[in-house]
Amino acid sequence: MNDTVLQGVNLTKVFGWGKQKTIAVDHVNFEIRAGEVCSIVGESGSGKTTLAKMLLGLLNPTEGEIYFQGKKRDISTQRKKREYWKNIQAIFQDPYSAYNIFNKIDTLLLDCIRMRGDFWLPREKKIELMSEACSFVNLEYKELTNKYPFELSGGQMQRLMIARIFLLKPKILIADEPTSMIDACSRATILDMLMKLRDEVGMTIIFITHDIGLAYYVSDTVYIMERGKIVESGSADQVILTPHHPYTRRLISDVPKIHEAWDLSTVTYSGL
Amino acid sequence: MIHTLRQVFRSGKFVTGFVIFVSLLLIVLIYPLLVPDDPLAIIGLGTFFPPGIYVNVYDSVNVSPYTLNLPDATTKRIADKLGPKERQDMKEFLLAAGIPEEEIDIEDTAKLLDLWEKNYDPNKNIEGMTLAKMRYYQRLNNSLKGLLATEGLIVALPNAQTGQLEQVKVIEQSDYANINEVPNVRVLPLGTDNFGRDVLTELVKAAGVSLQIGFVAGLIATLIGLVLGLLAGYLGGMVDDIIMFFTNLLIVIPSFVLLILISFSIGQDKRGAITIATVIGFTSWVWTARAVRAQVLSLRNRDHVNLSRLSGHSTVYIILNDILPYIMSYVVMALILQISSGILAEAGLSILGLGPRTTEVPTLGLMMNWAMIYQAHVLGKWWAYLPVLVTIALITFSMNLMNTGLDQVFNPALRE
Ligand SMILES: Nc1ncnc2c1ncn2[C@@H]1O[C@H](COP(=O)(O)OP(=O)(O)O)[C@@H](O)[C@H]1O
Ligand SMILES: [Mg+2]
Repeated sequence: MNDTVLQGVNLTKVFGWGKQKTIAVDHVNFEIRAGEVCSIVGESGSGKTTLAKMLLGLLNPTEGEIYFQGKKRDISTQRKKREYWKNIQAIFQDPYSAYNIFNKIDTLLLDCIRMRGDFWLPREKKIELMSEACSFVNLEYKELTNKYPFELSGGQMQRLMIARIFLLKPKILIADEPTSMIDACSRATILDMLMKLRDEVGMTIIFITHDIGLAYYVSDTVYIMERGKIVESGSADQVILTPHHPYTRRLISDVPKIHEAWDLSTVTYSGL
Repeated sequence: MIHTLRQVFRSGKFVTGFVIFVSLLLIVLIYPLLVPDDPLAIIGLGTFFPPGIYVNVYDSVNVSPYTLNLPDATTKRIADKLGPKERQDMKEFLLAAGIPEEEIDIEDTAKLLDLWEKNYDPNKNIEGMTLAKMRYYQRLNNSLKGLLATEGLIVALPNAQTGQLEQVKVIEQSDYANINEVPNVRVLPLGTDNFGRDVLTELVKAAGVSLQIGFVAGLIATLIGLVLGLLAGYLGGMVDDIIMFFTNLLIVIPSFVLLILISFSIGQDKRGAITIATVIGFTSWVWTARAVRAQVLSLRNRDHVNLSRLSGHSTVYIILNDILPYIMSYVVMALILQISSGILAEAGLSILGLGPRTTEVPTLGLMMNWAMIYQAHVLGKWWAYLPVLVTIALITFSMNLMNTGLDQVFNPALRE
């Protein structure tokens, strides 16, 4: 298919040697199409974060290839990496550890403006951009400026991460369990905002979660991961309504509400 | 930043250490302003003058005296020359000279002296008496001369023409000189050392030089350790392997042995204080490098570093902005430890005679070395070495105390 933006072939990551050897990702193959929301579902420790870091170019694969927009990905120099990172960005699982606690919040947003190539904009224009990004995630720039990350709640931190993505407007966003470390009330908001990003900016989203109900709610395509291997994949309906692999069935049975009714309206936020 | 400082200064241990350290520092800085003497000037003709106030005798004779009639003046004067021990010794001599015991009353000064005068014979050979004891009795006899005299001392000058002595003045026993009117009074709170130098002035200077050596050595060691640790930890791979190879090489060779070898090969006349400090710095960075590397390894996989990379920052920027601030508290603690161990290393080297050359400045180690060579500890001249030891102990103690305080403040934060 022509609109494949990201493709992995036999992707493998092995940590350590000898007795300590862990195969975190084991010969994984996938294809992600432009504009879709693709979920990677698996229990904790199944290698989802490791896979995400390889896709982001933060970890080198032990084996296998990654194709970006049909071509073999080349991030051998810092310049090529920067170019790649204009196209692919991430939101991490734990907002508390994703911030440099010594920097003010403004630094984070100004970095994005610099990365867009808007470093030379006048100060007022930059503030305008930052305010726009903040209001996209229902935050008030005036209240945040000159604050440090630890003065924010987990939910606010994660929303600010989305504001960062809004500023950068990458082609692909990898969201690694973005709702698992924050309070329940903020989760729905975060999900709403991610969907808004997809709809308004036309982003391709790779959504990583341990919650298959959530994956069903948000995604077009689902990959099920078990101990480093992808055991089942396909469209969300196909995988969740007619699961073949026992691991998928077990994941589904762990989310009781899905069995009761396959109506989207009841699934909404139930697993949150 | 301010918040952290406030937290640090709330730690009792840190504050105690800090106050001691700053006091020492202030003394080192202010004392030379008050006593601007050359710390290595030899002022005493002789070794190890005891601590005290030195009043110029010539000047005190020449100031106009005040007469004070103090009741116990005579008693004190006699007691100074003729204490209980001397009286006992005199009794022993008299017994040996054949005086019956009941005739000797050591409490009655006049009678005792009278008896002594009649019976003492410097040439008398008493069985079993050593030569030293004989000399002692001769000295005792000399010091007793004129002890009960009540008239004053006559000061005389030779006449310029005839050469005859002429009386200038009489110093009465009740004459007193006001010390404020004596032009030359020197306080030597810690006496003089083996060369006749003022120990306190020398000690303050030595403490200053040793602190400088510690700072230079500590800064060099911390800087090298920090840079190598950051590079090895963050870059990993080949860079890490090479740096770790050299680090492990230096760990196998104890740094003090290396220090001794290098100091020895530099040679006595090329060893200035700063040279020694540099050598100490270049041989003691190993543990800092390893510790920093370990810290960086645990930091470099954190998400804030990943996010910084995703924001397109260069490696140098990430090391300086996303790694360094997180380990800064740790680096400060390492620096403090390196400074205090630098001071100890200099002392160790100097005691072995491998310290800085001895002609320019004193250091705490050199002072220990001199005191040892001249056997101050054997002779009981405590003021030549004890204050030096106390100073070394105070410096290292205060720095370690600050370190413990910092550790308590920062470690919960590091563990999170
Ligand atoms: N840097 C690393 N070094 C060694 N092992 C790692 C490292 N990162 C992850 N692992 C291991 O890889 C496996 C997958 O981890 P991870 O990708 O974080 O799983 P998930 O995100 O699905 O919870 C785990 O067993 C984990 O212990
Ligand atoms: Mg994970």
